[in-house]
Amino acid sequence: MSAKVTGANSWTIAAARDALRKGEISAVDLTMSCLAAIDAGDALNAFVHKTPEIALEQARAADARLKGGDAPAMCGIPLGIKDLFCTRGVPSQAASNILRGFRPEYESTVTAKLFEAGAVMLGKLNMDEFAMGSSNETSCYGNAVNPWKVDDRLLTPGGSSGGSAAAVAADLCLGATGTDTGGSIRQPAAFTGIVGIKPTYGRVSRWGIVAFASSLDQAGPMTKTVRDAAIMLGAMAGHDPKDSTSADIPVPDFEAALTGDIRGKVIGIPKEYRMDGMPGEIEALWARGIEMMRDAGAEVRDISLPHTKYALPAYYVIAPAEASSNLARYDGVRYGHRAKLAAGDGITEMYEKTRAEGFGPEVQRRIMVGTYVLSAGFYDAYYNRARKVRALIKRDFETVFAQGVDAILTPATPSAAFGLGEMADADPVKMYLNDVFTVTVNLAGLPGISVPVGLDGQGLPLGLQLIGRPWEEADLLNYAHVLESRAGFVAKAGKWW
Amino acid sequence: MAIDIDTARKVARLARIRVEDADLPKLAEQLSGILGFMEQLNEVDVTGVEPMVSVTPMRLKRRADVVTDGNIQAQVLKNAPDAREGFFAVPKVVE
Repeated sequence: MSAKVTGANSWTIAAARDALRKGEISAVDLTMSCLAAIDAGDALNAFVHKTPEIALEQARAADARLKGGDAPAMCGIPLGIKDLFCTRGVPSQAASNILRGFRPEYESTVTAKLFEAGAVMLGKLNMDEFAMGSSNETSCYGNAVNPWKVDDRLLTPGGSSGGSAAAVAADLCLGATGTDTGGSIRQPAAFTGIVGIKPTYGRVSRWGIVAFASSLDQAGPMTKTVRDAAIMLGAMAGHDPKDSTSADIPVPDFEAALTGDIRGKVIGIPKEYRMDGMPGEIEALWARGIEMMRDAGAEVRDISLPHTKYALPAYYVIAPAEASSNLARYDGVRYGHRAKLAAGDGITEMYEKTRAEGFGPEVQRRIMVGTYVLSAGFYDAYYNRARKVRALIKRDFETVFAQGVDAILTPATPSAAFGLGEMADADPVKMYLNDVFTVTVNLAGLPGISVPVGLDGQGLPLGLQLIGRPWEEADLLNYAHVLESRAGFVAKAGKWW
Repeated sequence: MAIDIDTARKVARLARIRVEDADLPKLAEQLSGILGFMEQLNEVDVTGVEPMVSVTPMRLKRRADVVTDGNIQAQVLKNAPDAREGFFAVPKVVE
């Protein structure tokens, strides 16, 4: 590798794309730079299945395309793929023991699209089991670790896409796929000082992504910059006949929308997001973000989203209900783990033992909560009521958008990254509060993006969230781009691993 | 609403997850905590509100009712914990 390409693993996607097209670096060298960083980054436990042979083969193919002048933006870009995405012939186990050994015979639509665009897969990334968690601690691989560190404590990278966040923040890859059911892209992005966007529900195909809560799940990119998010989202998005909820509408050129001009746009500030007990630093960060948007010529307007308070309880009815149904497929028959049976055990014992052994405690809890709220006698009281409240939450957003609000600015998380193990004895509900600012967006199906804006007093990254109108990711990315430029967040985690 | 141990046992059975008797009290306590958190939803006036079915007002696409896939028996069985003679094998279902 020549001297000038040292450290290419720390490049942005945009910089790498330009360098690849100019022939300043080869996709193979760029990939090797990431593979070396991955091997040196085992302490982060971000990559749980490394695929160097596939990566180098894809990089060689990308180099051939680049030479031929047929190179889409993602051609030759090395990525990490969340373990939730099925990748043909490569372990894809949603960080669960129940899928140990599962090697799909098919490719998820998102990874297939990325590979068609020439992207390189470096390996599979750690996450919370079945994407259920906010700290990566429910993973069967053990937790991923946040590259940010301010004292002796190891910090969570957030969850569920914690491995994706850690890998991007630590420069093990140029970008990563994530998925977001209640905040699983945006919260880890905020905890690690990177950008993460959850697109509008239906923008990205869910086909081949292990299902958690089908009416809420959406995949998106996790990247170092807003521009990179725009580039990568363009390659992931689009209609897919194999996902009946995938929207058959054109995918705009997201990168072209990054004009930096937001003059006259209306940014809403929802009063309900000013929570009791919110740390002063989050409040101050939010105020700075508001000032930045105003400074850029946007009109800042106070708004009300009156049902915000009910989003978390509604979510924790709806998501487990859908999960209990989706996860019924893990029965020890068609794939994954099957428990060893005792003499005389029948099929019911097989199901019960297999699922008790294969699912971790949080997943078991959510399946049982879902089972309960869907059971006879409670369906109306819990599940139907939650779906009605969900309709009201969506109506809150529709009302402010109809009044001319173009986007909404909120904190991304109620705190900076916390220590691994700190929540071990906490009530499960306490962990759920991590999603308080993000979960409304999934319930309403809207696009939301987390942008790193500053550091807290200890030196840990904090993010703000922008929420957009449905299908207007292009404008949303432009607002995020303005916030990013004005915040000028360039801090990186000091390398200790 | 508090979940008692019998309800916790019933829910575990419905979910087809084996829970040892010794673990039922803790499970009941955790489920009660989570369901207690959901009780807040009772404060909301939902009169006349339809339960949301789909977050985007879309009509699901239809396609012609024709075979588009198949003849991949080996692939279908590839990941099975126990496959024999072209079938998934399971313990005896009917006595």
